[in-house]
Amino acid sequence: MLGKLSLSVIPFDNPIIMGAVAFMAICAIAIVGSITYYGKWKWLWTEYLTSVDHKKIGIMYLALALVMLVRGFTDAIMMRSQQALSFGPNHGYLPPHHFDQIFSAHGAIMIFFVAMPLVVGLMNIAVPLQIGARDVAFPFMNSVSLWLTVVGVVLINLSLFIGEFAKVGWTAYPPLSELAYSPGVGVDYYLWSVQIAGIGSLLTGVNFFVTIMKMRAPGMKLMDMPIFCWNALCTNMLILAAFPILTVTFALLALDRYLGMHFFTNSAGGEPMLYVNLYWAWGHPEVYILILPIFGVYSEVTQTFSGKKIFGYTSMVWATVAITVLSFIVWLHHFFTMGAGADVNTFFGISTMIIAVPTGVKMFNWLFTMYRGRIRFTTPMMWTVAFLVTFSIGGMTGVLLAVPGADFLLHNSLFLIAHFHNVIIGGVVFGSFAGITYWWPKAMGFKLHEGLGKIAVWLWVIGFYVAFMPLYVLGFEGMTRRLDHYDNPAWHPWLIVAAVGSFIILLAVITQVLQIVHSFRIRDQLRDVTGDPWNGRSLEWATTSPPPFYNFAEIPEIHGRDTFWEAKKQGKVKKPSAFHDIHMPRNTGAGVVVGGFSFLFGFGLIWHIWWMVALGVLGIIVTLWVRAANDNKDYYVPAAEVAQIEQSPS
Amino acid sequence: MSIDLPGDYSLTAPKPDAHAHGHHDHAEADSRTVFGFWIYIMTDCILFASIFAAFVVLRNNTAGGPTGKEIFDLPYVLKETMALLFSSVTYGFAMLAAYKNDRSRTLLWLVITFLLGATFIGMEIHEFYGLVAAGHGPDQSAFLSGFFTLVGTHGTHVTFGLIWMATMIFQVAKNGLGGSAMRRLTLLSLFWHFLDIVWIGVFTVVYLTGSVF
Repeated sequence: MLGKLSLSVIPFDNPIIMGAVAFMAICAIAIVGSITYYGKWKWLWTEYLTSVDHKKIGIMYLALALVMLVRGFTDAIMMRSQQALSFGPNHGYLPPHHFDQIFSAHGAIMIFFVAMPLVVGLMNIAVPLQIGARDVAFPFMNSVSLWLTVVGVVLINLSLFIGEFAKVGWTAYPPLSELAYSPGVGVDYYLWSVQIAGIGSLLTGVNFFVTIMKMRAPGMKLMDMPIFCWNALCTNMLILAAFPILTVTFALLALDRYLGMHFFTNSAGGEPMLYVNLYWAWGHPEVYILILPIFGVYSEVTQTFSGKKIFGYTSMVWATVAITVLSFIVWLHHFFTMGAGADVNTFFGISTMIIAVPTGVKMFNWLFTMYRGRIRFTTPMMWTVAFLVTFSIGGMTGVLLAVPGADFLLHNSLFLIAHFHNVIIGGVVFGSFAGITYWWPKAMGFKLHEGLGKIAVWLWVIGFYVAFMPLYVLGFEGMTRRLDHYDNPAWHPWLIVAAVGSFIILLAVITQVLQIVHSFRIRDQLRDVTGDPWNGRSLEWATTSPPPFYNFAEIPEIHGRDTFWEAKKQGKVKKPSAFHDIHMPRNTGAGVVVGGFSFLFGFGLIWHIWWMVALGVLGIIVTLWVRAANDNKDYYVPAAEVAQIEQSPS
Repeated sequence: MSIDLPGDYSLTAPKPDAHAHGHHDHAEADSRTVFGFWIYIMTDCILFASIFAAFVVLRNNTAGGPTGKEIFDLPYVLKETMALLFSSVTYGFAMLAAYKNDRSRTLLWLVITFLLGATFIGMEIHEFYGLVAAGHGPDQSAFLSGFFTLVGTHGTHVTFGLIWMATMIFQVAKNGLGGSAMRRLTLLSLFWHFLDIVWIGVFTVVYLTGSVF
């Protein structure tokens, strides 16, 4: 009846896990309790959970990402403190198998449930506004994407106390991840949480690609789009081309584990290296799926706070397109040591070095945008400057790793760990914070507190360098990744320094939480009544903050890249005089319901509860059927209502 | 607020004076949906390409089990193939009838298409059943894992297509060809022909080359 599930799968005997569970339970009770106390359930349901409004969905993605960032960061702190302690006779506080679960969960959570929701959330908030659209092409599908991501998050968090998580690293290489060597449910938690969230990402890719291609404001040619939209377009093309490969890879591993097939097993002709190739054929484009939208954020921030239009718009666009194409021919550099031979390794080494060229073009474009600009050092601009320096270092160590000969020495060492944290934290994380700070007033109606934001920037930057520069040294000293214990006295001091760095980052994260809480409390002082708090250049600043649910009472006509900016300069921005009916989609709970049944589907598969799997599949199909049979999915906002909204003081 | 030269243009804003604005907006939404579905099919193409790649890598890893040549019954698969290919032709006739707003003829061709598709799936299940019964299931060798997965993934797609087609037969019989029917028939048409093309790949790469070498 309940498959492999029983009370004994809950690790009551592990005080660390039970402590974490108790903490999460207290948080959950506090949240549920306060929503009930303030009577906000109905508001939450009608305004957010059932919303198909891209801005609300974007906010929910970002909230999800920030919560998971705290979870993933807790894992990081635990690993850093374990490695600082676990030297010689001392074995630290984490047993090996628990340590294995922590580094696997850290990687999976940070990539799939922090970085992905961050970039998808930012695209949701900014893209439709920047192209002058009223919503995305398929608002309901957008809601489904969000809820599939939520299901992934719920599943990966459940693994903490119902059963276990994977002990195989976030890449889950076979044959270790096969049933023979990982008989528990850990790998299944990993496979299904990522698989379900991945379907959500794929739908997002379809949605935003169509939105950008089909729904730009009249007159806006592709080369008139803000840089962020160009980067979002290329990102979504990457999602469309790469995520199906991940779907297949995980499906094949699942077939091995569930039906005894032999795709990646050691026996009966299986080929583990096929998995590694497929995984990175998705995995390398994924790197650019994360960084390209963030490059777009930096472009928007740099030009706004330098008071100049972006330097080299055309070269910026072509650099993005070049990266999009090249990202598919570099995947083998993740496993030069696999034994593909000198010729193959040489090809992929050179292609990897070539992809650094368009990235370098972008670097110089940002620098030249700042050159002779009237720079305002707001928080987003500080994140951008921190990025320019940090990402350059990370990029250069990446080019170093692209030399196959050097890679044979540095492969799987802490040098690699230092490198990819250098580009992901210095690139994606800093940029997401820049983007959140930049678009926060647009989405929420008030700015974030600048003073606390600047303290957070400094703490993050200092903490990052203290935590990760020692890892480069440790890599040169031969320390491999994922060690829960070591005996080499030369490593110990560096690991203590790294742990100190992670605690500085902890202070930074606490400062950010305080920043958000404090900004909420004094939001009336920070309120943006202009709709254009930063003196921005693109269309999202042409409407109010937060925008009405239909975004624009009148869709603007575009003639050129800087239509809004030039209209502002010439004093030609004016309120619309006449209003028209506006066609909008209705909110729907169907997305939540599909999410609920997807959860049953995933949870049932993990625990081999087959009736639950069948119920999940059937529920999804029936929900979509009922939705398809409903003809009342959209409506017209009457012109009078639009006039009332537009003319009321914001 | 708005920008100088306020416009009112086709994509998202309704015409100020158009009382029949519904028609225009829905036509736009339909064209978006067809484009979006086409993009989805492109991603499905990559999904199949990945499985094809895995199959080709593993096709000689028979691990002591049978090779393709030993288990494929080419004349049988040819009949199966013909059922699917003709179902594409008959779906085309259904669409032609639908364009002429001929409900009963549309239904007739849809039912024939459904029967051909069901024949294809029935024959495939029969083939799979025979192999498993003979001890050549997907767990015997990497080659058979790849074979069952590639052919089975295509079969699952066809099955979903059949469920969709049954739904459309129901919708057209009940509500006629108005409303969302034409858009949905167009999408299903894209999906159905796409599955035909994939099958030509399966027939060539799996069965034909498998029977020769």
